[in-house]
Amino acid sequence: MVAVKETTERVADIAGEKYKYGFVTDIEMERAPKGLSEDTVRYISAKKNEPEWMLEWRLEAFRRWQQMTEPKWARVHYPPIDYQNAYYYAAPKSNAERPKSLDEIDPKILETYKKLGIPLSEQMLLAGVAVDAVFDSVSVATTFKAKLTEVGVIFCPISEAIRDYPDLVKKYLGTVVPVTDNFFATLNSAVFSDGTFVYVPKGVRCPMELSTYFRINASETGQFERTLIIADEGSFVSYLEGCTAPKRDENQLHAAVVELVTLEKAEIKYSTVQNWYPGDENGLGGIFNFVTKRGDCRGRGSKISWTQVETGSAITWKYPSCILRGDDTVGEFYSIAITNNYQQADTGTKMIHLGKNTRSRIVSKGISAGRAQNTYRGLVSVHPRADNARNHTQCDSLLIGSHCGAHTVPYIESRNPSAKLEHEATTSKISDDQLFYCLARGIPQEEAVALIVNGFCRDVLQQLPMEFAVEAQKLVGISLEGSVG
Amino acid sequence: MSMLEIDDLHVVVDGKEILKGITLSIPAGEVHAVMGPNGSGKATLSYTLAGRAGYEVTRGRILYRGEDLTALKPEERAAKGMFLALQYPVEIPGVVTLNFLKTALNAQRRARGEPEVDALRTLKLVREKATALKIGEDMLKRPLNAGFSGGEKKRLEILQMALFEPKLAILDETDSGLDIDALKLVADGVNMLRAPDRAMLVITHYQRLLSHIVPDRVHVLAKGRIVKSGGADLALELEQRGYEQVAAA
Repeated sequence: MVAVKETTERVADIAGEKYKYGFVTDIEMERAPKGLSEDTVRYISAKKNEPEWMLEWRLEAFRRWQQMTEPKWARVHYPPIDYQNAYYYAAPKSNAERPKSLDEIDPKILETYKKLGIPLSEQMLLAGVAVDAVFDSVSVATTFKAKLTEVGVIFCPISEAIRDYPDLVKKYLGTVVPVTDNFFATLNSAVFSDGTFVYVPKGVRCPMELSTYFRINASETGQFERTLIIADEGSFVSYLEGCTAPKRDENQLHAAVVELVTLEKAEIKYSTVQNWYPGDENGLGGIFNFVTKRGDCRGRGSKISWTQVETGSAITWKYPSCILRGDDTVGEFYSIAITNNYQQADTGTKMIHLGKNTRSRIVSKGISAGRAQNTYRGLVSVHPRADNARNHTQCDSLLIGSHCGAHTVPYIESRNPSAKLEHEATTSKISDDQLFYCLARGIPQEEAVALIVNGFCRDVLQQLPMEFAVEAQKLVGISLEGSVG
Repeated sequence: MSMLEIDDLHVVVDGKEILKGITLSIPAGEVHAVMGPNGSGKATLSYTLAGRAGYEVTRGRILYRGEDLTALKPEERAAKGMFLALQYPVEIPGVVTLNFLKTALNAQRRARGEPEVDALRTLKLVREKATALKIGEDMLKRPLNAGFSGGEKKRLEILQMALFEPKLAILDETDSGLDIDALKLVADGVNMLRAPDRAMLVITHYQRLLSHIVPDRVHVLAKGRIVKSGGADLALELEQRGYEQVAAA
């Protein structure tokens, strides 16, 4: 099959260029001493000028973490992580005094974000998107702050929030993902460096998309960001995060925690386009992405909606979840997880129905190519008080080639007889007939695969904010280059 | 000029020789029909002409407008103006029909070095062609062929033919699964596209399509060979006497 062979060769030629975010910014960095100890925790806390209570919180987490063991239940395999052989804090030296305005930012950092397609000068920004840019362990810029302040929306690095809004942070931090929730979340609680804090006051509809762009640059360094978003009564906010990292032969750890809280009738729409370096075509390098994301629909009638497009990382371990605590609350999870070459993903969601008339919807699209393994793992749990809870789960897997795997592990627990739970699942392959049909109409192989996969993911892509949907579609195609043949 | 020139074509599929020396020539402006019973090699002929992987030409050659096609990929053949209307158009869930048409049109244009057309222009082009085939906007907004009736699928094939304006169109059992009304609609669509600079190869089992699309020549395919050629009357003779008798004669 000449055509297939040529395609494979052509793609092999360009494989080196494929991950276009793989460059390194050459910039002087300040790091914590290598390894992890109480001193590391104190170092990070001191660097952030944190109040005493925050340091205590971190130290408590660190002590607990030392007694915990890494979870092994996920369907992912990787060599043991040496937690002492990494840096836990790295910041550009030029950022020692956080720049007051964009003019003061190190031009090299500005250049980096420009190359990533995230221009930080406000005049150049896409209309209606405010950005917080996190470079390794620190936030380097936050745009549109003044405009957001006018309507009372707080959008700032979490390190700043700890100093400036301690009451809000104390009230909510760790209340959705407790300090001891799991090994990686506890590690994050001890050493988290930066991330985004958002507070939307009562009745305010946030006037623009909020977005954080995470960039890992330094080598041998983990990124541990912490994001906390609170939507007060009757408010609405749409938030998007993007992630990239340089190409390296080593594995780097990224262990984030995201907590969302919605009060009565509030709504948070949280979208992720995760494109960490996935490793090369032989499985060398790539980010270990061990992330805990959870939302608490605390107030009656509130809603949390997660949308994720996961194309990067060597290993993904991630379950954005909703606790439907208030009556009449709604939780949604829309996911596209694409694995190619030797990538492994174990991802899904938990929908915990506690309140009455709570509703949840899960749409998961897993695409597996090359020698990748892709697992959907999900829990729908209906508690005794949750009268008339409803869930609909749709879980579709698409296989490309015959060396990859797709796995579905749904858990369903119902302790209330009035619950209505539906689960639908399909597994399919891109058929030769479908590919040939596209080819015969003049659409080359790579483009045909991208077209078919985008069709498969359509229900989820439609959930993304419009500004990002087009980018995500392209990303779907790029991630699968070289997957057929 | 000959649009298509097939010379002593032998084709092997899964190690088995299916076409055993086919010779056929279609001049520009003509419509030829290839008729044959099940297992005669009709589908193999159409897939081979379109360049499908797994259909290996072991002997002979195919010239399209004087150019040897053997080394060309299916998408390259399409860009050069060949079109295959499939017997079983496939469903592609989630891919909106109009988007598919635009993607295909632009892929062909790109390959020919022509500028791409935007969504609005595509819609305009498609609308012009769609009306005659009674294809409504709602059909264009649905995922490609997903849940389409047999007639809708075949009409969409003809719509694509009209949109891409090929020089050589191969219609593989376009009549299968159609009722009388749908057949007439599809045949009218095809007849509208008959042109002095375009050739067509209509592959069919039954004569009925050929009373609507009257061919210039009819070839009878049996066991991988063309056993008889004639004018449009040959199709009627086949219908009356059956393949076995005609092939034996």
